[in-house]
Amino acid sequence: MEYEFHWNIVFDKLPQLLSGAFVTLHVSVLSMLIGIAIAVLLAIAKMSDSRLISLPATVWVEIARNTPALFQIYMAYFGLGAFGIHLSPYAAVLSALVFVNAGYLTETFRGGFLSIPKTQYSASKSLGMSSIQVYRYIILPQMFRRIYHPMTNQFVWSILMSSLGILVGMNELSGETQRLQSLSFRTLEFFIVAAVMYFLITKFVLFSASLVSQRLFRGDI
Amino acid sequence: MGSSFFTPLSWSDSGFILTGVLNTVYISLVAIIVGTLLGLAVGFIRAEANKATNVLLGGILDILRSVPLIIQLILFSTYIGAIGHPLDPFVTGSIVLSLYTMAFMSEVFRGGFESVHQSMIVAGRSLGMSYWQTVVHIRLPIGLRAVFPSWLGVALSVIKDSALVSVIGYMELLRTSEQLISRTQQPLEILIGVGLFYFIVSYPLSLYGKYVERKMAI
Repeated sequence: MEYEFHWNIVFDKLPQLLSGAFVTLHVSVLSMLIGIAIAVLLAIAKMSDSRLISLPATVWVEIARNTPALFQIYMAYFGLGAFGIHLSPYAAVLSALVFVNAGYLTETFRGGFLSIPKTQYSASKSLGMSSIQVYRYIILPQMFRRIYHPMTNQFVWSILMSSLGILVGMNELSGETQRLQSLSFRTLEFFIVAAVMYFLITKFVLFSASLVSQRLFRGDI
Repeated sequence: MGSSFFTPLSWSDSGFILTGVLNTVYISLVAIIVGTLLGLAVGFIRAEANKATNVLLGGILDILRSVPLIIQLILFSTYIGAIGHPLDPFVTGSIVLSLYTMAFMSEVFRGGFESVHQSMIVAGRSLGMSYWQTVVHIRLPIGLRAVFPSWLGVALSVIKDSALVSVIGYMELLRTSEQLISRTQQPLEILIGVGLFYFIVSYPLSLYGKYVERKMAI
């Protein structure tokens, strides 16, 4: 059987699809920013000598890394209802992405921090730098270089995984595509356009990230 | 209370949940095995092929990695329906998940093959090995061992990603639980059980991966 494509219906709805793409970017950027902030705290907690402080961080990281993102979203959307917390689809997807991003980034940050030899700290100290100066000029710049690419990948992951919003009726790119195709039943056309948009967004993010990294880290080996 | 519309979770549901568990295990295993075999072949081709072939293959794999899995599932399942060959959700899901797995596995294996130093292959050839003998006796064992932790990482993410196959109607664990939730209205208990299952499967394996990685780092 031949399938006849009708693209005009999709192109008429392009503004709605683009606004869905904007929500996708919005939720993934926000989930990264909050995720980074939490991950910094968790990484510090995880390196603490006190088990009372490091254990909760470890539990967070391991749950985030060892359960599916879809499970996290269901947990936020349906599960929290048991505590009387009812999140909107946007809030549910955002909090699930934040939870997972924080979990993965904690390990990234911790690894980046531990990869810098302790001797550098003592060397800078002996040159008369204050603790803040050591972190500002020696430790953090090197650390940032090492965590830059894992962070970019995590951001791309967030963009792709925000597509799970379709299952809780969110209005990001996938959810919007689902809603629009249900009005016209041009399922294939709508989802092909959505796939192309995801591809372009991902490529754009990776391309800009590599431009920025060339600028930031030029002259580095 | 008093309404009989929602019925609480009971032991008689355990068979239903078990089916979901088995279906998750089943489709994950199929995708990991098929994805690994295809990924091995594609990774080898990419390590050996010339630039033009690599650009072409790389482009296709790039699409599989840059389009959300859920969109790929919907697209493939709609497409085969539209051309008049609808398949069972398990078959549809297995095909898409396997190809998706292949895209990630091929990069892992390509890295493994390329990590084997050229001098070892030259040494093998000078000992009278044929091209394929160097592949089987040198490149495969050394290359594969080096990438085992990465392979395990991809395999674990496939188990988690298999939850998405629920979108095309495959009754894996998360879809099973979703149906139970709408009947029992007990989301928390059910979801915690589901989370525990994934955790119990994934956590020990991830620990083992870290252990191997640490052992190989020396």
